[in-house]
Amino acid sequence: MKKRTMETSLAAQSSKLVRAVERRLFLRQGLSLGALAMLSGCKLTDDESVQNVLTSMSRWNDGAQAVIFSQARLAPEFPESAITRPFPFNAFYTEDEITYVDGKQYKLELAGKIRDKKPWALPELYALPQTSQITRHICVEGWSAIGKWSGVRFSDFLERIGADTTAKYIGFECADDYSTSIDMATALHPQTLLTFRFADQILPPKYGFPMKLRIPTKLGFKNPKHIMAMTVTNEYPGGYWEDQGYNWFSGS
Amino acid sequence: MDDSRWISIHPLIVRITHWINALAILVMVTSGWQIYNASPLFPFRFPRDITLGGWLAGGIQWHFAAMWVLVLNGLVYTTYGIVSGHFRRKLFPITPAAVLHDVKEALRGKLAHDDLSMYNAAQRTAYLAIILCLVVLVCTGLVIWKPVQFYAIGQFIGDYEGARLLHFFAMALMVFIVLVHIAMVILVPRTFPTMITGRARRTT
Repeated sequence: MKKRTMETSLAAQSSKLVRAVERRLFLRQGLSLGALAMLSGCKLTDDESVQNVLTSMSRWNDGAQAVIFSQARLAPEFPESAITRPFPFNAFYTEDEITYVDGKQYKLELAGKIRDKKPWALPELYALPQTSQITRHICVEGWSAIGKWSGVRFSDFLERIGADTTAKYIGFECADDYSTSIDMATALHPQTLLTFRFADQILPPKYGFPMKLRIPTKLGFKNPKHIMAMTVTNEYPGGYWEDQGYNWFSGS
Repeated sequence: MDDSRWISIHPLIVRITHWINALAILVMVTSGWQIYNASPLFPFRFPRDITLGGWLAGGIQWHFAAMWVLVLNGLVYTTYGIVSGHFRRKLFPITPAAVLHDVKEALRGKLAHDDLSMYNAAQRTAYLAIILCLVVLVCTGLVIWKPVQFYAIGQFIGDYEGARLLHFFAMALMVFIVLVHIAMVILVPRTFPTMITGRARRTT
């Protein structure tokens, strides 16, 4: 078998040589064309039609994630020993640009499809029934860290203020000019907490004083800090990162 | 042209799914490198020029768009491969002795490629390994994408962080095999047109 192969290839060699060289050239040109297309790959996203396809796919993925999402599936909880220390600071600005909110003046503003829009002062929020969780924060960048947050279950709070839970979105405006929005199903998830404490201490400014919405079923950037106002609405509110291209649903 | 001089090598469905897969993998890998660079697992980053998407958000958009192409195309291919007996005929049997023999032959540049319709043991191993890498990549990818919703899979592979590592290593192994695959095609160029036309001229 092997002998025959060698004979065949030897006999055919001279007649095939030219063709083979041509083919190899063609192949190499093809490959370098491919490499060129790859090198300029990042330029492709500047093409409006390509970007439109990618944006539609991202919207499609929002829908797919909503289908996959289940309020019954809980994010894993961890023992105190698993907590990441120090817990990383992360924002769209650096640590020396942290926003300081005056707790005495603070009032959470409510807007949109909410029955009782009375603003909430901190002592009133602290007086609500509190619960704790030790869960993993996963950043859109890929890293993860485990922390402990305490506060009021968001679904309880929404019920208390008479929010229309048939609405699609809840949008958040923050003291550091950040904004984001979430779907109602995630807002009503039992592990979604409006938190006032981190590691059993009042939330320090770097982790979002006076309050952070902790959502262990979403990526970190969907967990707004320094929340000043929230709106229950059917109109897509977008968000700081979402408007720049991060997937809106970004569920875990 | 005399039809008897040509033999059929690759069925149409295999050729179509092969090229869709090749494109999907190219996009998945280069956008995946972009995502990796946002928070590297190891002390290196992929050169910017070979990443797709411009920045993290673009990389994620490409990655999660191409994943549908990869998975749907992969489902068509594997369903065909199993139902038609294509896998059984083309990829099996694989014996360790045959693989060892063929890899040695290949390294000495003596591997027989006289019948392109038959994969040698080294090819069978490589193609099967790529399929398995892709299965691992999809499963670990699901856990990274949705560690809570797919915890049923994640609990067996070290949850989110375990899946991240496995996803990386499966990518690295797959890219290595693909590079060998491309090198082999360059060394035996007559295999290239067969993956487009589906047939090859008889050599005997």
